[in-house]
Amino acid sequence: MGMNTDVGGGTATREAPASLSRKDFVSDQEVRWCPGCGDYAILAQVQRVMPTLGIPRENIVFISGIGCSSRFPYYMNTYGFHSIHGRAATLATGLKCARPELSVWVVTGDGDGLSIGGNHLIHALRRNVDLKILLFNNRIYGLTKGQYSPTSEFGKKTKSTPLGSIDYPINPVQVALAAEATFVARSFDRDLNHLAHIVERAAAHKGSAFVEIYQNCNIFNDHAFEHFTEKDVRDDRTVYLEHGKPLVFGRGGDKGIRLRGLHPEVVALGDGGSTEELLVHDERARDASLAYLLSHLDYPEYPIPLGVFRAIQRPTLETMMQTQVDQAVQKGGPRDLDALLRGRETWTVDA
Amino acid sequence: MTTDIRSGAVAGKPREALDAVTIRFAGDSGDGMQLTGTQFTSTSAVVGNDIATLPDFPAEIRAPAGSLPGVSGFQLHFSSRDIRTPGDEPDVLVAMNPAALKVNIGDLLEGGMVIVDTDAFTKGNLAKAGYDHNPLDSGELSRYRVFPVNLTTLNANALAETTLSKKERDRCRNLFALGLLYWLFDRPMEKTVRWIQDKFGKRPEVADANLRALRAGFNYADTVELFTTHYTVDRARLEPGTYRSITGNEATALGFIAAAHRAGKTLFYGSYPITPASDILHELSMHKEFGVKTFQAEDEIAAMGSAIGAAFGGAIALTGTSGPGLALKSEAIGLAVMTELPVVIVDVQRGGPSTGLPTKTEQADLLQAFFGRNGECPVPVVAPATPADCFSMALEAVRIATTYMTPVLYLSDGYLANGTEPWRFPTTESLPDLRVEHWTRAEGFMPYLRDQRTLARPWALPGTPGLEHRIGGLEKADITGNVCYDPDNHHHMVSLRAEKVARVAESLPPLEVFGPPTGRVLVVGWGGTHGAITSAVERLREEGLSVSSVHLRYLNPFQKELGEVLGGFDKVLVPEINLGQLRFLLRARYLVDALGYNRVRGKPLKIHELAGHIRSLV
Ligand code: SF4
Repeated sequence: MGMNTDVGGGTATREAPASLSRKDFVSDQEVRWCPGCGDYAILAQVQRVMPTLGIPRENIVFISGIGCSSRFPYYMNTYGFHSIHGRAATLATGLKCARPELSVWVVTGDGDGLSIGGNHLIHALRRNVDLKILLFNNRIYGLTKGQYSPTSEFGKKTKSTPLGSIDYPINPVQVALAAEATFVARSFDRDLNHLAHIVERAAAHKGSAFVEIYQNCNIFNDHAFEHFTEKDVRDDRTVYLEHGKPLVFGRGGDKGIRLRGLHPEVVALGDGGSTEELLVHDERARDASLAYLLSHLDYPEYPIPLGVFRAIQRPTLETMMQTQVDQAVQKGGPRDLDALLRGRETWTVDA
Repeated sequence: MTTDIRSGAVAGKPREALDAVTIRFAGDSGDGMQLTGTQFTSTSAVVGNDIATLPDFPAEIRAPAGSLPGVSGFQLHFSSRDIRTPGDEPDVLVAMNPAALKVNIGDLLEGGMVIVDTDAFTKGNLAKAGYDHNPLDSGELSRYRVFPVNLTTLNANALAETTLSKKERDRCRNLFALGLLYWLFDRPMEKTVRWIQDKFGKRPEVADANLRALRAGFNYADTVELFTTHYTVDRARLEPGTYRSITGNEATALGFIAAAHRAGKTLFYGSYPITPASDILHELSMHKEFGVKTFQAEDEIAAMGSAIGAAFGGAIALTGTSGPGLALKSEAIGLAVMTELPVVIVDVQRGGPSTGLPTKTEQADLLQAFFGRNGECPVPVVAPATPADCFSMALEAVRIATTYMTPVLYLSDGYLANGTEPWRFPTTESLPDLRVEHWTRAEGFMPYLRDQRTLARPWALPGTPGLEHRIGGLEKADITGNVCYDPDNHHHMVSLRAEKVARVAESLPPLEVFGPPTGRVLVVGWGGTHGAITSAVERLREEGLSVSSVHLRYLNPFQKELGEVLGGFDKVLVPEINLGQLRFLLRARYLVDALGYNRVRGKPLKIHELAGHIRSLV
């Protein structure tokens, strides 16, 4: 298959692609999300990042389930598969196993990926199939017009919960960490550079990459994230995780997070205050405990963490599967179908 | 030559030739009856008999020892003639305990032999089997020829010098019984000796004990006065050629490996463990040297999804399951229909509904295969007729899937899956060429263009420059494949998908009638009932009755000749292990007043019962 430069699973075949641009990734299909939907921003960032990855366009495949977000593949001028509700990860796994050289992306939502398809998400992550999974979390069912989702807040009033939801929500990052995903990150639809950066990081990761993207559904769940994404409050209510750096946030970096026992606490840094006793982020820790602890930080008690929670290396499913095949071929010599059909024991009936 | 074991046992005649014998080995699940039966089977195959087997084991892995639900059986029919079924009624029953006797004695031919381990007929075991007395002493077995053997004691004595524990020694009882049967039916022991050496190579003391048990059983039968005769069953006069024995699940696995090999492609098998299909997964996972990739998915839906993904990537994509799993896969099968991708779905049918009878056979998923999906969702359906035919139909399933770009349902059943028969295996070069041409030209490419003959759309693979395209479960516009809600387009596409499947008939071999093409009664069957139906029809024709049969290996679409064949007979009878599913389809399709013969007992049809029923119709 020519040279094999592993870029997060998308293998560059032949020569590096001749300078692709954003436009090369825009399909001829009219985009049909509601005007103002956060999905537009995500699409734009993904289209911006794609040409920078060095992967030939024909080696990229986007696979989705069902829901607003799952229309995504139609708008990408790559190979695409709009599958059925919740099952995108299963198709992606089969495809990646059959064709390890492809760069396979999964686009899913909070209902698609965590409700009907929760099982598949967990298993794709634990197997470390080299898939890039983008989960658009808008905390609502959009396509079916406004029922609460597994990430909707407790008590939320929706069409199907007129008296308020009595389900406790699930935290996507925690699910991914519990499944021992090797790459777990979070971004949102309103910081375009951060989003592009996280998509790039996911693409560069070899193994299952899980990215939760907070996405505003301005029709059924408008303002769901505004309390921390609005520019004027963002610095105080979010914390950007950076590997090897202390957890500092707030306007002008005036706050930090330190650990007291197992309890994180917010401390004021004051004038040029020391960051020495602050918690230092380590996305490469083998053990996911720190990442899990960070995943619990939530507004209003804490700032909401954004960025890469975890990024570790571990052999991927499709590579190990291929290795077993290659080794069997090496050991067994040339494939002798006749010998296989003959089996161990035969007898002859004479004419 | 005698043809009946009942006339045997003449003193002073050491060897007597029989045409055919049916033995049933029965014991506790832990007694190794499946193994004993399998060994007897391969030995009989190697000496040249025709064989057919019926393993019959409980769904519980280890039901309480000695209990009725814990009884495991293995029936073997071996013959010097051409046989097609594991036999209606055993001539010989080997019962390792009272429960095994109780469960199986009713099936034994009157006058048949019963070999029992008297040591196992303890008070406790009798009670567990629900006996308040010992049937060996009560005279209730007087219709049979009972051979009591204190097998456990004899076996333990034979192994007295070994270092094994008592429990381990007792575990060799089945080999003692096998040795005894080898003497009784004049079989060589070499094959089993080799097998033991192979299997227990790492534990020489266990290998030694098993060999001792086997020989002790043989010698015991040879020296004591218990059996006055032993029997021979000559080589069968099968078609000349080289044979091996094979089960349906093995043949299925080999068939798909061969198909992928002939297509020059990777075989991808995504599956979730389920009885009685799991052996296909086990078998395929052993053959990675053929580029086979097996994936044990998290559930049935994921297994189907992974196969669709692999098909999109250009692999020979396969998933396997049984009825409950097929139900779970339905929605995803619809996706494969909509996206027109070649995936083969193997359903090894078992007793239903729901969990049903997991280890028993049935044919009740036919209508599910036809109709068990939302929307107008046609899928070609094929069904092997015998264990070895599983191989040929696997190749056919792949041919249809890749030629017509469609999912294909392959209906095996528990009886075929676990049954064994001799197989005159083919050579690689005699197999069909299944190479596929993928679309590669960017110019003029549309994802839903149609081949004029087959109506297949192009199989364009990711990785091909210039063919980037999107497919999915939403309705497609003809040719462009774009999402399309237009009413007339939908009607057109629904019709087109149906027509595409109908056109598969153009590629099918002509339907063969067993017997004259016209007459009084036509018996129509499908799947694993082939042996019973053909044997019954053959028997009736020998009686001079006007009966023919056809056995359908292609169920959707039917072969083109079927309508005409049905019209050539006064009566049409459809025997099935369901309540009349093929009959329903034939009546709907051909307006024929087909009659049913339906026995849904989790067991194969019996030749003599079926023959009796057909006779009553003529
Ligand atoms: S319903 Fe909400 S999520 Fe869906 S497209 Fe409209 S705004 Fe976006």
